[in-house]
Amino acid sequence: MNMIGYWGVTRAIVIREFLRFVHQRERFVAALVRPLVWLFIFAAGFRAALGLSIIPPYDTYITYETYIVPGLCAMVLLFNSMQSSLSLVYDREMGSMRLLLTSPYPRWWLLFCRLFGSTTISVLQVYAFLGIAALFGITMPPWGYVAVLLGLILGGLMLGALGLVLSSFISQLENFAGVMNFVIFPMFFLSSALYPLWKMAESSPLLRDICTFNPFTHVVELIRFLLYLQLNLHALAWVIVSTFVLSLIAVWGYDPARGLIKRKG
Amino acid sequence: MTTGLSVQRLSFNYGAKQALQDVSFSVAPGQFCALLGPNGAGKSTLISLLTRLLVAPAGDIEIAGHNLRNAPRSAMAELGVVFQQSTLDLSLTVRQNLSYFAALHGLPRGEVPGRIDTALEQLGMRERIDEKARDLNGGHRRRTELARALLHDPKVLLLDEPTVGLDAAARQSITDHVHDLANQGLSVLWTTHLTDEVRDTDALLVLHQGQIIDAGQAGALRGDTPLPDWFLVRTVAPT
Repeated sequence: MNMIGYWGVTRAIVIREFLRFVHQRERFVAALVRPLVWLFIFAAGFRAALGLSIIPPYDTYITYETYIVPGLCAMVLLFNSMQSSLSLVYDREMGSMRLLLTSPYPRWWLLFCRLFGSTTISVLQVYAFLGIAALFGITMPPWGYVAVLLGLILGGLMLGALGLVLSSFISQLENFAGVMNFVIFPMFFLSSALYPLWKMAESSPLLRDICTFNPFTHVVELIRFLLYLQLNLHALAWVIVSTFVLSLIAVWGYDPARGLIKRKG
Repeated sequence: MTTGLSVQRLSFNYGAKQALQDVSFSVAPGQFCALLGPNGAGKSTLISLLTRLLVAPAGDIEIAGHNLRNAPRSAMAELGVVFQQSTLDLSLTVRQNLSYFAALHGLPRGEVPGRIDTALEQLGMRERIDEKARDLNGGHRRRTELARALLHDPKVLLLDEPTVGLDAAARQSITDHVHDLANQGLSVLWTTHLTDEVRDTDALLVLHQGQIIDAGQAGALRGDTPLPDWFLVRTVAPT
């Protein structure tokens, strides 16, 4: 079981994720349409209602469409991680998860590979979204598209780890819709994706405080700053620590001796 | 150290409910061992423990001499499994399914095409290598899974009710093929509730209410009574 073997496992799992994604074209279209609807419809209507002041990383006034692009990038990551989590529950119900878990390689490595595979797919989707936004004139500094890769990978891993945790808790597919409502919507709306936190504080300081403790906020801010070639160290630390904690819970959840997966059948 | 499969004093609970109680048995190399048990006897739990999907607080499992608790990776590398529920990715081709499995078991990439060809050839599936799993019938899917389980040359083969949902011809074909594999030296544990899949020369274990209530050669155990009747009597009467 050498390094080549470990790399082979990673490669195989990423290729499988990619092939599954390619075979599900409607999933790709849905993943693109969702943020585009927010960008071109929601943002257009909201632009007039929301005044934005100049806040870092911006050094000038920006349109609302420009403001929400990082949040929508993070939204793509969030939805994709939940989709991946859903497919893990499906895999377990359908049996293919058994095949993965009976590999002789360490379980934490198999889970990491799965996480890495779903993150790779997420990042490709985000770049497709950024490409379409650019075609419609919503552009970032050219090197920002390169720099943001770091934030997309870290954010994808963090949200993917959250998906793994959820999939280890959820025993049946039917339970998934409820969890989606309790996870996706609160995470997305209680963040800086759609409005800056100072704006949120004007309405409710409590909500603002909740937003600052939401790891998703920090994924959004990490992406936002990197798109403008700046590194938000506070957000970076939040994302790294959250990824670490969520990964530990996921490994525990999938541990055959102690985990949450221990159930009949 | 045994070279086949050895299970010693294995017990497992789901909360207050005891699923397996003090289960011990062994399957030698070259032996086809049928594990018969009615629904709810604990077969699925035993399979989950043997494949390390669950870990038992008490008891020991050795696969080809490797203790599953102390050396799980070495043990799992010697185990081939066909689960009751299909574990093929239906959107992938036969080749892609087998390649994926080969990578999960760390087989050298250069060897994989040859191993896939050989495994499929032995099961008469070579010509279907580029068909999607979704397009295969039930029998062919099972054969693909069997070929996949043999890809890494395991010493122990575990099959959990592998003929469920198959027609008579496909059942016969799979049963015969796995008996041949045992004759070639593999340790085979075959769980089922279908008595017609068991031959008189097979080793037989009867699992009932979480306990092994009979163990021996099938022909000797049943005596003059047909196996279905004998099995019914053994598992209907309270133990």
